[in-house]
Amino acid sequence: MKGKRLKSVSYAKYGYIFSIPFVLAFLIFTAYPIFYTAIIGFTDLKGLGKTDFTILENPFHNFQLILKNPSFQRSLQNTAIMWTINFIPQILLALLLTAWFTNQRQKLRGQGAFKVLFYMPNIITAATIAILFSTLFGYPMGPVNDLFKMLGLANEPINFLLDKWTARGIIAFIQFWMWYGQTMIVLIAGVLGINPALFEAAEIDGATSRQVFFYITLPSLRTIMLFTLVTSLIGGMQMFDIPKLFLNGGPDNATLTVSVFIYNQAFSGSYLYNRAAAASMLLFIIIAILSGILFYLLRDKDAIKAKKEMKKLRKAQAAARRAEA
Amino acid sequence: MKHEPIAGRAITRTIKYIVCITLAILSVIPFWIMIMNATRGTYEIQQSAISLLPSTFLKSNFQVFEGKAFNPLVGFMNSFIIAGGATILGVYFSSLTAYALVAYQWRLRQPFFTFIMAVLMIPAQVSGIGFYQFMYRIGWTNSYFPLILPAIAAPAVVFFMRQYLAGALSVDIVNSARIDGAGEFYTFNRIVLPIMKPAMATQAIFSFVGSWNNLFMPLILLTDKSKYTMPIMVSLLRGDIYRTEYGAVYLGLTLTVLPLFIVYFALSKYIIAGVALGSMKE
Repeated sequence: MKGKRLKSVSYAKYGYIFSIPFVLAFLIFTAYPIFYTAIIGFTDLKGLGKTDFTILENPFHNFQLILKNPSFQRSLQNTAIMWTINFIPQILLALLLTAWFTNQRQKLRGQGAFKVLFYMPNIITAATIAILFSTLFGYPMGPVNDLFKMLGLANEPINFLLDKWTARGIIAFIQFWMWYGQTMIVLIAGVLGINPALFEAAEIDGATSRQVFFYITLPSLRTIMLFTLVTSLIGGMQMFDIPKLFLNGGPDNATLTVSVFIYNQAFSGSYLYNRAAAASMLLFIIIAILSGILFYLLRDKDAIKAKKEMKKLRKAQAAARRAEA
Repeated sequence: MKHEPIAGRAITRTIKYIVCITLAILSVIPFWIMIMNATRGTYEIQQSAISLLPSTFLKSNFQVFEGKAFNPLVGFMNSFIIAGGATILGVYFSSLTAYALVAYQWRLRQPFFTFIMAVLMIPAQVSGIGFYQFMYRIGWTNSYFPLILPAIAAPAVVFFMRQYLAGALSVDIVNSARIDGAGEFYTFNRIVLPIMKPAMATQAIFSFVGSWNNLFMPLILLTDKSKYTMPIMVSLLRGDIYRTEYGAVYLGLTLTVLPLFIVYFALSKYIIAGVALGSMKE
């Protein structure tokens, strides 16, 4: 007995030892830079190549300026707008395709090929896609303008990228086009994880495909859909490559996102590292709140499960006691 | 059981195929136009920017790049070194961390796992300014280290590996290795790693592609043109030099995408399976 305990103690140290590389790399390359960024947010650090700084008399000066900055407010709005017009159609299309692909009565052929093609844009470099789309929507000549001419939708070439809403719409479309395949695959995996007995029971009860989808599939996917929602929201807050390279935030800041704002503050113009750092911290707070929600959603489920198990156990014990009595 | 009328079913089936085929075309067509235009001359593209067939100007489009900053070969090599290094380190050390989380009973095990879950979503943007200043101070801008070494701490990969290992590792194997006198580190390298191969392959693909496509960090750290990665090379195509060289721009874009297409279509089965697996966070 004593020997066994000693043994387990001696192995436990390897848990710590094997975690050292991760912890060290995390501390050096993530934790310390976040801390450093936070500090810079309270200082006067600006100018190309500068690294020395002093804390401002009013340490929150940068934060106040950023919160009042119209471009920053604009970037938050843009991020929200572009995320919304991408996400709603994305989840609806993904759900529709999920319903079709998992319909047992009417099996579609070529599902594997469709999945491969729908997911494909997701794996292509976003930088390339941004420049490809700005070329496709080129003015005065470009493939989309040619298409409009061919279809008789326009006589004169249209400069799509000058219009704020068109520019936002194209970015939202690119995001939609890159991500609906991924969302669909995730949802299909979710459906495959549902207890088949539920579907069998519905079949026996004579439920239609529509009823099965709305009363069994959709409620069972709730957690996965919430997960998709929150991860997409966090991903949307970080949108950088596409707005940066598509129109560099233009026209008139209509596609400026928070990440592009941070980059432009710090690495162009007058290199305002301190303002960019303050904006980064605000972004961090928003993402932390969103992550907190996600974390809660994922943890809660396990806790509820455990609670239910305990309840069952207690009930069974009580029943057994009663039976004995 | 209720059945819709046969004709109605045929119609819904047709609609489904039409929608799916339209979406498939939508996925392909931008890239198709891009690849075709890469082989067409600037004059041809000015006449009509859409062509479904190739032309004969591939070589002259290539010549446009000579002596200019956009160098796909350099970009390819740099991205390959960075993505390769980051993938090897990321997958190996994430496996090691996952093994620590699954195989050993230690007091901070659960808190450590909770911590990994909590930092899963921290993006590079929030630490970017501090990271840049830190690297600038130690003279690591224009170095590959800050783009490779952070991969050692990849919370998402650890998370995936842990889920896999928890299902695949049997204590008996580890114990019998111990009885044979194998050290813990040896056991991990020789016995546990082979068990993790399928999960490592999946994660290697996603790590590699993620690192290859990364724009933000290389863009702030690399100023030396000979160190540029593929996504930065691509961003050069927006420059004024290429404004009138339509064919060359399309060719440049095509060259950056080609390696990804090859990887994707060769491994699509594993990639789709990996995406589906990654979703089941239970």
